[in-house]
Amino acid sequence: MDFISTHLLTSILFFPILAALAILFFPTEQIKLIRWTALIASLVPFVLSLLLWGRFDASAAGFQFSEQYPWYDAIHSSFHVGVDGLSLTMVMLTTLLTPLAILASFGVTDRVKAYMILFLLLETGMLGVFMAVDLLIFFVFWEVGLVPMYFLINQWGSANRNYASLKFMIYTMGGSLGLLLAIQMLGVLFQTYDLVTIYTRWNALEASANLLPWFGSYLTVETVKTIAFWAFVIAFAIKVPVWPFHTWLPDAHTEAPTAGSMLLAGVLLKLGAYGFLRLVLPLYPAQSAQYAGWLAFLAVMAIIFGALGAYGQNDFKRLVAYSSVNHMGFVLLGVAAAAKVAGTADATIALNGAVFQMFNHGLSAAGMFFLVGVIYERAHTRDLNQLGGLFPIVPVYGAILLFTSMASLGLPGLSGFVSEFLVVRGAWASMPIFAALAMIGLLMTGAYILKGIKKVLHGPLNEHWAHGEHQLTDISAREVIVMAPLMALILILGIWPAWLLDVINKAMSMLF
Amino acid sequence: MNLNLLAILPEALLVLLAVAILILDPLFKADSRRVNLGWLAAGGLTLILLISFLAGQPAQNELTLGGMVRFDWFAFAFKMFFIFAAAITALLMMDVDALANRAEAYVLLLAATIGMNLMAASADLVMLYLAIETTSIPLYVLAGFLTDNDKSTEAGFKYLLFGAMTSAILLYGFSLLFGFAGTTNLAAMAVSLATPTVFSLGALLLVLVGFGFKTSIVPFHFWAPDVYEGASTPIAGFLSTASKAAGFAVLLRFSLTVFPQTGSQWQYTLAVISILTMTIGNLVALAQKNIKRMLAYSSIAHAGYALIGVVAASTLGTASAVFYMMAYILTNLAAFAIVTVAGRVIGSDDLRAYDGLSRRSPYLALAMLVAFLSLAGMPPFGGFVAKLLVFAAGVEKGWIGLVIAGIINSIIGVYYYLTTLKYVYLYRMEGEDEESYPIPVSRPYAIALTVLVAGVILLGTFFAPWYDLTVKAAASLF
Amino acid sequence: MQFPILSVIVFTPLVTSLLILLMKPERKTEVRVAALAAASFALLLSIWVFISYDKTAAGYQFLEKYSWLPALGISYHVGVDGMSAPLVLLTGVVMFTGVLISWGIDDRPREFFAFLFLLAGGVFGVFVSLDLFMLFFFYEIAVFPMYLLIVIWGWVKTREYAAMKLTLYLFLGSVMALVGALAMYWVNYQNTGILTFDMLQLEKAGFSGQFQYIWFMPVFMGFAILGGIFPFHNWSPDGHVAAPTAVSMFHAGVLMKLGAFAALRVGVMLLPEGAKQWAWLIFILAMVNVVYGAFIAMIQTDLKYVIGFSSVSHMGLVMLGIATLTPEGLTGAGLQMFSHGVMTALFFASVGMIYDRAHTRMIPELGGMVKALPFVAIAFTVGGLVGMGMPGFSGFVAEFPIFMGVWKTQWLAAVIASISIIVTAAYILIAVRKVFFGKMPAKFEGHMTPISALDKVALFTLVLLMTGLGMFPNLLAPMISLGVQNVLRLLGGA
Repeated sequence: MDFISTHLLTSILFFPILAALAILFFPTEQIKLIRWTALIASLVPFVLSLLLWGRFDASAAGFQFSEQYPWYDAIHSSFHVGVDGLSLTMVMLTTLLTPLAILASFGVTDRVKAYMILFLLLETGMLGVFMAVDLLIFFVFWEVGLVPMYFLINQWGSANRNYASLKFMIYTMGGSLGLLLAIQMLGVLFQTYDLVTIYTRWNALEASANLLPWFGSYLTVETVKTIAFWAFVIAFAIKVPVWPFHTWLPDAHTEAPTAGSMLLAGVLLKLGAYGFLRLVLPLYPAQSAQYAGWLAFLAVMAIIFGALGAYGQNDFKRLVAYSSVNHMGFVLLGVAAAAKVAGTADATIALNGAVFQMFNHGLSAAGMFFLVGVIYERAHTRDLNQLGGLFPIVPVYGAILLFTSMASLGLPGLSGFVSEFLVVRGAWASMPIFAALAMIGLLMTGAYILKGIKKVLHGPLNEHWAHGEHQLTDISAREVIVMAPLMALILILGIWPAWLLDVINKAMSMLF
Repeated sequence: MNLNLLAILPEALLVLLAVAILILDPLFKADSRRVNLGWLAAGGLTLILLISFLAGQPAQNELTLGGMVRFDWFAFAFKMFFIFAAAITALLMMDVDALANRAEAYVLLLAATIGMNLMAASADLVMLYLAIETTSIPLYVLAGFLTDNDKSTEAGFKYLLFGAMTSAILLYGFSLLFGFAGTTNLAAMAVSLATPTVFSLGALLLVLVGFGFKTSIVPFHFWAPDVYEGASTPIAGFLSTASKAAGFAVLLRFSLTVFPQTGSQWQYTLAVISILTMTIGNLVALAQKNIKRMLAYSSIAHAGYALIGVVAASTLGTASAVFYMMAYILTNLAAFAIVTVAGRVIGSDDLRAYDGLSRRSPYLALAMLVAFLSLAGMPPFGGFVAKLLVFAAGVEKGWIGLVIAGIINSIIGVYYYLTTLKYVYLYRMEGEDEESYPIPVSRPYAIALTVLVAGVILLGTFFAPWYDLTVKAAASLF
Repeated sequence: MQFPILSVIVFTPLVTSLLILLMKPERKTEVRVAALAAASFALLLSIWVFISYDKTAAGYQFLEKYSWLPALGISYHVGVDGMSAPLVLLTGVVMFTGVLISWGIDDRPREFFAFLFLLAGGVFGVFVSLDLFMLFFFYEIAVFPMYLLIVIWGWVKTREYAAMKLTLYLFLGSVMALVGALAMYWVNYQNTGILTFDMLQLEKAGFSGQFQYIWFMPVFMGFAILGGIFPFHNWSPDGHVAAPTAVSMFHAGVLMKLGAFAALRVGVMLLPEGAKQWAWLIFILAMVNVVYGAFIAMIQTDLKYVIGFSSVSHMGLVMLGIATLTPEGLTGAGLQMFSHGVMTALFFASVGMIYDRAHTRMIPELGGMVKALPFVAIAFTVGGLVGMGMPGFSGFVAEFPIFMGVWKTQWLAAVIASISIIVTAAYILIAVRKVFFGKMPAKFEGHMTPISALDKVALFTLVLLMTGLGMFPNLLAPMISLGVQNVLRLLGGA
């Protein structure tokens, strides 16, 4: 126990890998054993992160539970992890969603061993990004997470998976290229990758000092910072994804297996947003403020086009996928608003909203994708025009879908409402036009969600599903167990968000 | 007058051996003559080698026997090479019936060896000419020894004609030199020729013709391929190694004694010849389909490399040329030995006849690998060290262009040597049943091949003692 | 006297080669066992060298010096520093795995292993030699067995052409460098009056700027040809494709490192001023390697050509790292040599296993191998991730510092070179997917025998090294940094 309490973060981070290694040696035929081991193994980090939550001191500044080990001395990078309020929230989200995703994939029968191992590896990859306090480590985990996801889509996805997985990989790697280069540049400049040091030293540079050689003269710090700013922004924007870099997302989501989509939407998209908060805003406050308008524009475009795109879909999963674009637009809007008026109360509100929205979207998107998966598993189609009027046949499923959709739509009383309200409220003063446009987007959100519900649950019943061999069965107990924690949290956070917002708020006000 | 008979100890012993062979020959029974003659010659030569090596080392460099020969390490080293080459050749002759049954063949071999020994030692134009003729005449006969073989007869005759003509030119050159210098002693001649005139240079060119014939350098190389192809293989091997080395011994001694100063036209001439020799030898070798012709052209090219050391005209240069000759004798003898062994069974010298050799006789193939890679200048074989040394000597004296030409040529060389190995290792006989056509290697051949291969490897790995020998030899010329 | 461990490492394969040749050709199993025993022994010793290298003392260690040809200053002088010790280990690993996966060679295995070990001995010799003559000596020993190995046991269609091309290219390079080396030798003699090929002495020769300017390019490029530098890279993919599996492993895994290593050791370390003056040109050529190699790899359909050109691209990174002449770049180059060595060894081993069963390497004709050969699929995938520079694997650990070095030198180049990362990712992912996943063509049914336990050991060793190094770069990087300091000391400053 003593070891765990002193190495809490690394325990959370590496337990899934250890479990994956153990599973590697299980016999391939023991599907049940593998499933349960994976599930239990993924619950351990969750329990540990509850412990983490309990011990976390919200009022203290800086990173807590820091651990630092030598890693790559030759280029002055160390294995440095730590959490603050922002990362803690994300760690909680990850450790919560992973067991649910694993539980959700109990239906997978093809190469279960490899599947479970990849999931556990994916968890470590995601957690590592949230915990890293060293730029190089951040990047390592950032990329490492791609690999399991690529294979999950590529191997367990649906028909068009090859195209989608390659697109996913190439987009994200392409995006992270700029990130990689910018990180290298920072490393070369400062001879360290430690975030805490870089925060202070990077911002202490004279804006007009000469930095990189450029054909006989030098680039000024300002130019370099601007370039690096955009390198970071593009990398994270692709991951979020922000319009116009979002086209990989519907493809990847549509083709990914259900649990893959859950984590993709639930956690992986948050990596991009987290990058904005962890790196872009603290490292480039001036550039962020300068280009906040652009960011807000992109965010609003994401909100509106995401919603329009979602409305235009006839594939249920694509619809939900576009809804992610729409929802993540709010996160970026919050970031942009905060960047514009950094340091003010409005900024803190907007940031609170953004982070809270990240968490909420994690819950609702994961839930939505799972529910799409549930119906797909039974009907083997996601075509909205072939479904319809299913409420009487699958009443429990219908109720859950309705509830989750409402959360996604931002119904007051459920969590989504609180975060979206906070974002718009924070943005209102500084960028009223964008805030107003975002509100219109919110309206359209309602439209596509209702369209989805209507096409699936209401309207004329497609008789095909009512009788005979195609008769749909209602949601199973296991599937309800997957949904239960999500719905509970959605409800609790909708009614009493303070317990989480408090932590976020303190972190935000200390960070910026 | 200095009369150090130790200077001609090896030659005296060789004469004794020749006499012994002639006396014993009638005593041998017909069915064992072949074996007895061969072992007698080879054993005797080995013994001579040992005795001369132990007892005949020069204490200091001296001019002896009426100023006719020099008793120095240079001559000594070359004599050892020649006797060694003769011993190996004697072994190789044993399974060639037309040669092995005739005592004359061995006696001629010994006579040629005596001539070569004297070539390496002579310090006087007269002696030199006599030595060259003593070498050449037995060799003409040996080359044409297989009288029932048209090619061999043709080879002998061609060799004789070329040899006679060049030797006449050489003699003419010698007489002119004598006219200009008023002396036949090489060292004394250097003093008189210190300021060369057009005429003396012309005389030198005539002399060069004679030497060029012996060393088969371009443009005096035409005889070599035909003669090698026609002569029986052991004789061709002897011609291409010992005889060529003897030519080099003379060339080295002559050019260093008569032209001690560097940078003269003589050296530029040699440099040009070196480049031509390497290039033409290698390029023509590329196109050969007959392994003996290929080896002939390759041996022409090797003369070109060795010339780099002569051109450098320094202690290292001379040492490297001597080392080159040493390595070359071992390697090329090995190559010809293999051709002898294989050719006897295969009955053809065509490259295609070597298909599947590595399956028919793995060890023979390995020996061939060693020999050819050494010719190509690859470590850990003698050829590598030898090439490196001549290049080093060239670079030392600033002959960078010459060295680069040498390098380009070695690359061409690598190409055809490796191509030959491809026949041995890669291609298969028609029917792919090599196992049923093994190539037997008789004991004398096995001994010869083992000695040669071991020597090639030894020269390429523990080269210090051999190099010291060559340095000693080279130093005695300065 | 201290145990002459480096000599034992160098001579183990050489002596084994001779011993194997003396065995009876029919006793194939004994030959193989002898080969494996020798390879394991050499591997253990090289691990020992790696572990017991004293990092606090740094510099050259395990020194042995015997005079070889005193008259010309040639000595047998061996020792390792932080740069070469990992390469010795790499050679040990490749040799060991190469023997394991060549177990099935049935055509004249005696000759095969003998030549292979001759090659290995040459490679070891180059990595440990501190004498210029000795370096060339072993360098050539490493080159010519390649010809025979390719021509005899290679791929029927191209072996003759490829083997000859390879040999001539490499021979040309080495003799070019040789002339430069001889020039150094004599100029050092003029300057100091000492005849020596000892590189530690030649380092102090104080060659004039002009001399270094003239001779750097012949020497560096001569060796870099073996490293596959543009525009002399063409021999390399052809050679890879034609060579039998174990030889491809050696070729890409170790031999190309030989070129880069010797270019560094002789070119940069003995002619540092020349290196500074010509670095820009090497830099540009290496850039071409990196980007061009990646694009060419992308359009190949023969799996071995894909890997062959990926090697060109990856070795370009090594050259790039060297050309930066910065601590980061050089460290990265050292790491990349090791990482790429292990990675290509793995690639070629996997491809060999597939080819042995499917008798084709054309990517469009393959598919679904994961079902039949899961172990190979995983190993190849890991190799692919290393090749892509995926963090967590050794490729990233190596490429990252190289890019840092490039940033320091010319940051725009880093941006351009990074294109190759994306291209590499694309072709590797496509290759992995087409070969291992999807549907297996029906004609392969029943031909896909599982790989042997020996094959698995080989693959596992290689995978373990790549992931281990990727996760714990400190296992290797500090050592290489020590070697790099040695280089930087000669370059002056830093």
